[in-house]
Amino acid sequence: MPVLLALFWLLLAVIGPFIAPSTPGEVVSSTVFAPISTAHLLGTDYLGRDVLTRLLFGTSSTVLLCAVATVLACSAGTFLGMMAALKQGLTDTLLSRFMDGVISIPSLLSGLVAVATFGSSVPVLVLAMACIYMPGSYRTSRMLALSVVRKDFILVARMRGEKTGYLVLREILPNMTGPVLADVGLRFIYAVRLLSNLSFLGVGLQPPQTDLGSLTRENLLGLVYGAPAVIAPALTIAVLTVGLNLALDGKGQRR
Amino acid sequence: MTAQLGKAIARRLGASLVSLVFVVVSVFFITSALPGDVAEALLGQAATPDAIASLRHSLRLDQPVLVRFAGWAGGFLSGDFGTSLVSHQPVLNMVHDRLLHSLLLAGITTLFAVPAALLLGTLSAIFRNTLFDRTISLLTLCVVSVPEFLIATLAVLVFAVQLHLLPALASISDIHSIGSFLAAFSMPVATLGCVIVGQMARMTRAVMVNVLSSSWVEMAMLKGVSPAFIILRHVLPNVIAPLFNVIALSLSYLLGGVVIVESVFHYPGIASLMVDSVASRDIPLVQTCAIIFCAAYLLLTTLADIVALFSSQERARA
Repeated sequence: MPVLLALFWLLLAVIGPFIAPSTPGEVVSSTVFAPISTAHLLGTDYLGRDVLTRLLFGTSSTVLLCAVATVLACSAGTFLGMMAALKQGLTDTLLSRFMDGVISIPSLLSGLVAVATFGSSVPVLVLAMACIYMPGSYRTSRMLALSVVRKDFILVARMRGEKTGYLVLREILPNMTGPVLADVGLRFIYAVRLLSNLSFLGVGLQPPQTDLGSLTRENLLGLVYGAPAVIAPALTIAVLTVGLNLALDGKGQRR
Repeated sequence: MTAQLGKAIARRLGASLVSLVFVVVSVFFITSALPGDVAEALLGQAATPDAIASLRHSLRLDQPVLVRFAGWAGGFLSGDFGTSLVSHQPVLNMVHDRLLHSLLLAGITTLFAVPAALLLGTLSAIFRNTLFDRTISLLTLCVVSVPEFLIATLAVLVFAVQLHLLPALASISDIHSIGSFLAAFSMPVATLGCVIVGQMARMTRAVMVNVLSSSWVEMAMLKGVSPAFIILRHVLPNVIAPLFNVIALSLSYLLGGVVIVESVFHYPGIASLMVDSVASRDIPLVQTCAIIFCAAYLLLTTLADIVALFSSQERARA
């Protein structure tokens, strides 16, 4: 179920911009904050642009940026976590101390500091999110890998003289894929929250690029008229995060 | 208090101190990673090379990074937090009032949110797996999954736009009466409260369910002890320590919420100062605000861990 949901959002992110009715920057109507109509399915925004188009582009950038950041964070975090569990000793201590240090900075704060220093651009945001969420993934996979490492088949593989790379990828990883995937889902939700918060504060994605947070921010005035221009992106974020969290939660309870 | 517990607490405090140093050092080195960029960003593209050079000299950007770090850390320890690049005022003056405002907001929110969250969490634990519990679980799950600004937006929509109950903007400069005090604070406090009540109620429920389903509570129930007596005599002593841990951990989530809430409601606190300084890339101000926030966050998480140490000690003895 969570996998299907994730695939749905990824698919929407990839094909969304191609099925959009117009281009995101084009002013299509002289009415601002227009309500839902057949010409513009979700009305128009504060400049008279088509909301559905902008929503599809915004969803696409939110989902894709966060997905890339999560994949980077989790692949690095999981790999380092498994290495720490396998090697133990000094490698483990040094890595764990470093990760504890990084994790002691609140995520929104790290994001703000990164943007203040390097300016706000797509690579900065993705890399910052990857760095912020790597320690959490490291911790989870280290805990998971520690219980796998104690098993007999790891000992057998070590006796066979297998290399570290083989041990990590072929022996440890296949035995913890389920929990690791659930962890990836959670990190993705955190990343969506962080990116949307940053964009809502005006320090995330910069125009002409849009994401769900900046769409809500720029149309905030439409709240007074109950315009779909502000309700649609806000609702999309809610459906994306709550839906995925519910799916992950349900999976956890059944187990 | 045993020597073992004392040692464990000392070790935890030591670890927090190391984390604090790590944070301070990394904040400095990350923010000075691009030395020339600050001067160029401040003066804009039309700046002459001479102007950039002289600004870099006055900001001491032409010195090696370790020399600057020594000067900066020395100033920091003696209470000199530098000068803002934008307003040219001492950072300490700018931060001081704002910090008090933020602490006031956080304090009032805590006062309301902690009892509310404990009550909600406890009730869901007592009536677990009923419709009430499921509704609360779903609501708190929604609150903890969506970004904080969404809750703020929703609160504005409901209370200020639809019901016309409260003003959407907080202006704490013109508080003269109880009425204006309530008007200014209710929206930010309600929003921030929602954010941490969600977290805290979920964790409280977990703690309470853990104790309520324990064998000694079942034993007391089988003995025919009255529910009120069970709660007061058997449950309460066993949940005080874990609940303190829950409270301290949830209050550290306050920091994330406060950034959003202050910006949405234009509340003149330290978090909105930080967001403004990030937008204008005013590095000394960003550094100071970031360190204040990290110190507060570390303080709360350390407190939570120390309470947890105490409680595990109690349980070991029991």
